[in-house]
Amino acid sequence: MEDLIRVLTPLPVLLPLLGAAGALLVGRHPHTQRVLSVVVLSGVLAVSVALLVLADDQGATSVSVGGWPVPLGIVLVVDRLSALMLVVANTVTLGVLVFAVGQGMADGEETDTPLSIFHPTYLILVAGVSNAFLAGDLFNLYVGFEVLLAASYVLLTLGGTAGRIRAGITYVVVSLMSSLVFLAAIALVYAATGTVNMAQLAVRLGELPAGTQLLLQSMLLVAFGIKAAVFPLSAWLPDSYPTAPAPVTAVFAGLLTKVGVYAIIRTNTLLFPDGALDDVLLWAALATMVIGILGAVAQTDIKRMLSFTLVSHIGYMVFGIALGTAAGLAGAVFYVVHHIAIQTTLFLATGLVERRGGTTNTEKLGGLAKASPLLAILFFVPAMNLAGIPPLSGFIGKLGLIEAGVALGGAGPYVLVGGAVVTSLLTLVAVARVWGRAFWRPRAVDTADEDLEATRPAAGTSATTAQLQENRLPRLMVAATAGFVVVTLALTVFGGVLYGVADRAAVDLLDRTPYLESVFGLEVIR
Amino acid sequence: MIPTVVLPVIIGGLYAAGVYLLLDRSLTRVLLGFLLLGNATNVLILSAGGVAGLAPILPVDDVGDINDPLPQALVLTAIVITFGISAFVLAMIYRSWRLVRDEVVQDDAEDLRVATREEVDADERDPEDMPLADRGPGDGFTVEREPLVGEVTPPSDDVDLELARAEAAENESAEARAAGDPDRTPAGGRPVDREEEH
Repeated sequence: MEDLIRVLTPLPVLLPLLGAAGALLVGRHPHTQRVLSVVVLSGVLAVSVALLVLADDQGATSVSVGGWPVPLGIVLVVDRLSALMLVVANTVTLGVLVFAVGQGMADGEETDTPLSIFHPTYLILVAGVSNAFLAGDLFNLYVGFEVLLAASYVLLTLGGTAGRIRAGITYVVVSLMSSLVFLAAIALVYAATGTVNMAQLAVRLGELPAGTQLLLQSMLLVAFGIKAAVFPLSAWLPDSYPTAPAPVTAVFAGLLTKVGVYAIIRTNTLLFPDGALDDVLLWAALATMVIGILGAVAQTDIKRMLSFTLVSHIGYMVFGIALGTAAGLAGAVFYVVHHIAIQTTLFLATGLVERRGGTTNTEKLGGLAKASPLLAILFFVPAMNLAGIPPLSGFIGKLGLIEAGVALGGAGPYVLVGGAVVTSLLTLVAVARVWGRAFWRPRAVDTADEDLEATRPAAGTSATTAQLQENRLPRLMVAATAGFVVVTLALTVFGGVLYGVADRAAVDLLDRTPYLESVFGLEVIR
Repeated sequence: MIPTVVLPVIIGGLYAAGVYLLLDRSLTRVLLGFLLLGNATNVLILSAGGVAGLAPILPVDDVGDINDPLPQALVLTAIVITFGISAFVLAMIYRSWRLVRDEVVQDDAEDLRVATREEVDADERDPEDMPLADRGPGDGFTVEREPLVGEVTPPSDDVDLELARAEAAENESAEARAAGDPDRTPAGGRPVDREEEH
């Protein structure tokens, strides 16, 4: 068993990279490319599930890449948190890939996502995300970030239209800035401790003077805060995400910010367990939640509204991390899992809305509930889940965080608990407005319902019918979105199991010894 | 081992110049700023490896006489990454130039629209005040529909638009006559509708 996990660990990085090479080679055969990508990502998902089962069973394990002895070579570490993140991430990437394949097949040659580029880039993005989750040293984490960012630059500007280039420039420049801050932080960490291995850092950083520690921690948190879109550093996100193709926005919204959150969790638990910046994080979490959701309420475009709720709900995770208790971390981990799934689902459903209604502007949409009841269900269920309506997983996550806040007590956590409740209510307002305008209110007269179509004068009828035909939703896209809705419901049904894993992961994180022992064995670490 | 002041000064200067350029709206300057910042960071990593000018891993007796090889390996990776991303940014700048004949960071149109909107709540707005393109399909309470074939629509109590337009045209031609523009008025005395003429 011990050997099996060592064999499996590098695969989530290796398989997508090899798959990307293969997808580039067969770039002229779209069908082969699609089959290849889906097969590769299914394999990665299977490996991730196996890793989660093994890691939950036997705790953290590390693999020295290339057989170099530990502090010299690169290590990959699988513990409960990274395995859980891998499973969720790869479920999402596989589902979004199926959605994209459905879109590509429906649009044929006229698609705005050139297939020959989309598939290899997408697989490289997956490799980067997996590498970031598995990285056992800071520099490898940086490389993982760069791989996924470079892929995301290409995906965000697919097709190179004016709008996407405009959005892409903001995104690229901000991401570059965060990468440079991260790299400078690595340089300073190395200068101070002489290592970039995270397990070794966990020991050596603690011996540094408090001021040095504070500087290094704040640099790392600023770098990851930009990637995770924590409030003062979040303005780039709603500007850059909405213009990309639907599957790209969905996977970005679901995954990329959470990689930043994952890095913040590691920084705050493994590297700097003293919690010196917990108060700062707490207030940043409050600002992220409230300001983000106020932005969402002001929007009239569904994609932009969702981008703002994405920023806002990052605040919940940061809240859990800033509490610094096992309960808070468990809540944050559960919320990360829930939010990856739910945000992706909503963006995919919005992609379907855009196809059916021709726009995502709620001032122009209308009557979708009558025109497409299935689509209405696919939007309504995750929307209520996002707002945290009781039986659903959003409620479980928020309840866990609020309980953790109350259990810790004190002025700060209580204010945060209040902020979390207000944010949840305002989220309900934001999604209910979209629901009311796009789905419930009657349709515009110029795009009237099908039953009025028959009685209309003949002029223009053929064009309208053709448009309606075109607006029919491709089955594969609907199926992928429906699959995601089922996954989010499964997160609710199996919430207890999932919360158990999150709890154990949080205990591991605070304990730190499982991680350190996995890298160094039981010997004394110096 | 004496710390040198040269490297910190170079690093600081590069960072300052880089940040200054990065804050510019012109994308070429942003790219130059990014390159400077990248080089500043590379020198920072190198300086973390020990005193400048020593060789890495030479078989020497005193460990203090060699340079740490790891930062050099890290810098190599960082240089490659910076190089690749710079090429991509350059391609984006060129694309932006091709598309909009401009290479500055542009405002987000939707952002501006939301920010300059007068009313906060879209539900409270009077559709009559909005530009036609922004009007919603209904007020959310009444169901509107196209008149069926053969259905007689009741006379509207709106202002008679055709009459108003004719009056406006009349006034306009009167102004034209007052300005001494005889060509505008044909012999029959009927004023030419300027809208039609253009």
